[in-house]
Amino acid sequence: MKIRDHSELFKQQDYQEQFERKKEFENPWPAEKVKEISDWTRTEEYKELNFKRENIKINPAKACQPLGAVFCASGFEGTMPFVQGAQGCVAYFRSHLSRHFKEPFAAISTSMTEDAAVFGGLNNMLEGLENTHALYKPKMIAVSTTCMAEVIGDDLNSYIKTAKEKGVVPQDLLIPFANTPSFVGSHIVGYDNMMKGILKALWAGKKGEPNGKINIIPGFDTYTGNYHEIKRLMSLMGIEATVLADVSDTFDSPNTGEYKLYPGGTPLHDAQDAVNAIGTVALQKYSTVKTMDHIQKESGQRTLTLSPIGIKNTDAFFAELSKLTGKPVPAAIEAERGRVVDAMVDSHPYVHGKRFALVGDPDILLGMMSLIMEMGGEPVHIVCTNGDKHFEAEANELLASSPFGANGKVYIGKDMWHLRSLLFTDPVDILIGNSYAKFLTQDTGTPLVRIGFPLFDRHHLHRQPIIGYQGALNLVTMLVNTTLDELDRKTEGSASFDVIR
Amino acid sequence: MTTKIKDTQKMIEDVLSVYPEKSKKERAKHLAANDPTGQCSTCQVKANVKSRPGVMTVRGCAYAGAKGVVWGPVKDQITISHGPIGCGQYSWWSRRNYYNGQTGIDAFGTMHITTDFQEKNIVYGGDKGLDLAIKELHGLFPLGRGIGILSECPVGLIGDDIEAVSKRVAKEINIPIVPVRCEGFRGVSQSLGHHIANDTIKDYVLGKGTLEKTTPYDVNLIGDYNIGGDAWASRKILEEMGLRVIAQYTGDSTINELGIASKAKLNLIHCYRSMNYICRTMEENYGIPWMEFNFFGPTKTFDSIRKIAAKFDEKIRKNSEAVIAKYTPLMEKVVAQYRSKLEGKKVMLYVGGLRPRHTIGAYEDLGMEVVASGYEFGHADDYKRTYPELKEGAVIMDDATLYELEEFTRRLKPDMVGSGIKEKYSYHKLGVPFRQMHSWDYSGPYHGFDGFPVFARDMDMTVNSPTWDLIRRKNEKNL
Repeated sequence: MKIRDHSELFKQQDYQEQFERKKEFENPWPAEKVKEISDWTRTEEYKELNFKRENIKINPAKACQPLGAVFCASGFEGTMPFVQGAQGCVAYFRSHLSRHFKEPFAAISTSMTEDAAVFGGLNNMLEGLENTHALYKPKMIAVSTTCMAEVIGDDLNSYIKTAKEKGVVPQDLLIPFANTPSFVGSHIVGYDNMMKGILKALWAGKKGEPNGKINIIPGFDTYTGNYHEIKRLMSLMGIEATVLADVSDTFDSPNTGEYKLYPGGTPLHDAQDAVNAIGTVALQKYSTVKTMDHIQKESGQRTLTLSPIGIKNTDAFFAELSKLTGKPVPAAIEAERGRVVDAMVDSHPYVHGKRFALVGDPDILLGMMSLIMEMGGEPVHIVCTNGDKHFEAEANELLASSPFGANGKVYIGKDMWHLRSLLFTDPVDILIGNSYAKFLTQDTGTPLVRIGFPLFDRHHLHRQPIIGYQGALNLVTMLVNTTLDELDRKTEGSASFDVIR
Repeated sequence: MTTKIKDTQKMIEDVLSVYPEKSKKERAKHLAANDPTGQCSTCQVKANVKSRPGVMTVRGCAYAGAKGVVWGPVKDQITISHGPIGCGQYSWWSRRNYYNGQTGIDAFGTMHITTDFQEKNIVYGGDKGLDLAIKELHGLFPLGRGIGILSECPVGLIGDDIEAVSKRVAKEINIPIVPVRCEGFRGVSQSLGHHIANDTIKDYVLGKGTLEKTTPYDVNLIGDYNIGGDAWASRKILEEMGLRVIAQYTGDSTINELGIASKAKLNLIHCYRSMNYICRTMEENYGIPWMEFNFFGPTKTFDSIRKIAAKFDEKIRKNSEAVIAKYTPLMEKVVAQYRSKLEGKKVMLYVGGLRPRHTIGAYEDLGMEVVASGYEFGHADDYKRTYPELKEGAVIMDDATLYELEEFTRRLKPDMVGSGIKEKYSYHKLGVPFRQMHSWDYSGPYHGFDGFPVFARDMDMTVNSPTWDLIRRKNEKNL
């Protein structure tokens, strides 16, 4: 028998009639009123009203600090992310990350309730650490905070000291911490704070002889493919590199019929020895600002921020890496460059002159803008809910560097409802954003290329790298084929429905 | 005490042996061997108490219960997540409460709207911004029939008076503004959030809508959130019985429906846990009786149809028998197609609301047996309703932890597990067939006669997927 689920069932006549009958009770607006308002929301007048708002976000593209903190913590060997505060937050972090990666994610909450609001969260921290240690046997417990703990002013440093003094956990258990208030910054700042906190704890007393290695900090990078890719590239370069924090196994572990609570991560010994590296390269800027400053001050090593998305950025990455390590860029990588450039030359007619709207985290936006302009595409609307003034300046500078950036405008602190207005009043050909941007596609018809975080409604996109030359090839493939899909869609039933493009 | 119960109790003790003393003692009260007769005094679990810090509870918070479950699905209300950015982000359109309407114009279900607290809001308070936020929203969305203010943790901690703001602005813009004190630190789970949200429906909306006429057959469909279209499938049956559903609480609902519910003759409640409060309110204040029902699987659905019909006249009773007669061949066909592939398979459930007990019959219709079941946020009255539904010696779990779920799986060896997104992928790694039983794994509906075929198809593809056999196990003994 044919089984009809929601995708077909409710189109049936019996349900359509039910929906009509139900309106008797709904007190719906007349259809013409709905149409009138719907049309109005597409106007310049509505856009102006929309851009006047200052007190409410509508469909923002950002998350809160502790999400970034638990993500970062999970990239270290045997480490349990541990969040001091109310328990719902951790339930949300776990489900959010699992929905993107299609992987399990473990994190602990100290389940603070009304009594903790009155008396402080010390008891929750003590029992929480004791239970975590007993049940989940971590090698490191990385503590961050929800807004509850921040508002009541829990003192993490003294609580952790007390826990060790009272013997609820062993004296030598590593317990780094970071304050990660959700009313400051966003998930990328939480990543930064946690990374700094972890390195502070791991590096204490570990400064010694230089080890000849380099450190790579990917930042809040939710592409597991990027982690595999950076390790492959380092190996091709003959560089010994420590990836901090290496979440590739956490979020992309092989199925062996076993559930491993701690499937991998940066070995703690390597992370400790990272203080003795010759340099640290961050692959994102806006999720590593404090960390890189700390590294520079703490270890004295060279710090470089090089985000290898697109050809020019990847060129700069390898050139600087080569300078830092003294190792030449091998022919194999040069050949990869040649292949992707060949692909871009082949595909350029379908991207050149196309107008793009982009929404996402700052570093991804900068990389994508750069790549698009390299192919003759035009970034037009660039929306960064969690972008700051520095990002705005950098993005504007990038736009100014290319004739293809002439029509681009950068919007920091704006959201996807602002972008909806922009897409109606100044339409583009392609939209780049996360899964929630599909509502913009639904409203405006702009085709979506899913790049960023979270990606909930398509599988395995995060397993493909988007960094390096190979990553550029993956991005180009997505961009050009989306424009071709759209071209097919628009020309169906016409002579232009070409079989060769 | 029987051997079956003793064996299960022994297994529970083994699982608990690794806990520190205090938490072991506490957790022992929440795990039990089932006694369907209710005679075994040690077989009752304790429920609705605080989770232990650090154990990795699956539970969420009051905000999740109030915004995510009760108020979120009301489609023509503009729902503000009032506080920092995260809560609204992580609960954004994750529960699949389907609705008809034009989003952003006359419906707002798939939108994430938040006051996005910054440090200055914590220091100086968020009231002023809230006032302006409401007006900005009203300007951009003039067809919104109401505005809900769902408080996140800081709002309660810094002592903002959202009630005063709501009252003042509601007068200015002349639509209901509902302040909901569902800060995440209140209570022990989602459950208090349901209660708080129910109370705000009573205080701000109930009794206020417009309904031209009433009939003797007017009912409300309560505690159905239309996940994957569940409420629509349930409504179809009630309408075919000859009943007139005047309000859905709250799947695909409107402010008007919430208001006119007080004019119904009977409340039909599916998810008792999240909405018994409003039923009791309507019973006390409007004299409306209420009854629980179960539309999962043909056995329970037929049974519920007859029990509902018994509350009405001969006409409805006749209609109901006709409905049962109409759908019986279809249900038999579904069972014929799937039962042979699922017969004897063991199921472990760990969910919320009504599923831990309401889906048992549907599994049994397919020849499957539920060997363990538990609630994230149940109360004693939920467990009382569950004991008779399960076999003797089945494991009952309250507020289970990741550790316990994994250990029970090792020992009970279920053929499939039904739980949530946080559990899903650890079961995939274990190679244990798994289905999300909160969101129906993006499928559905599962309610009613249109839902059961989908349920049967999905359980079959879960248990019998060839992908499980592709897993090359490192350690055969592991499970």
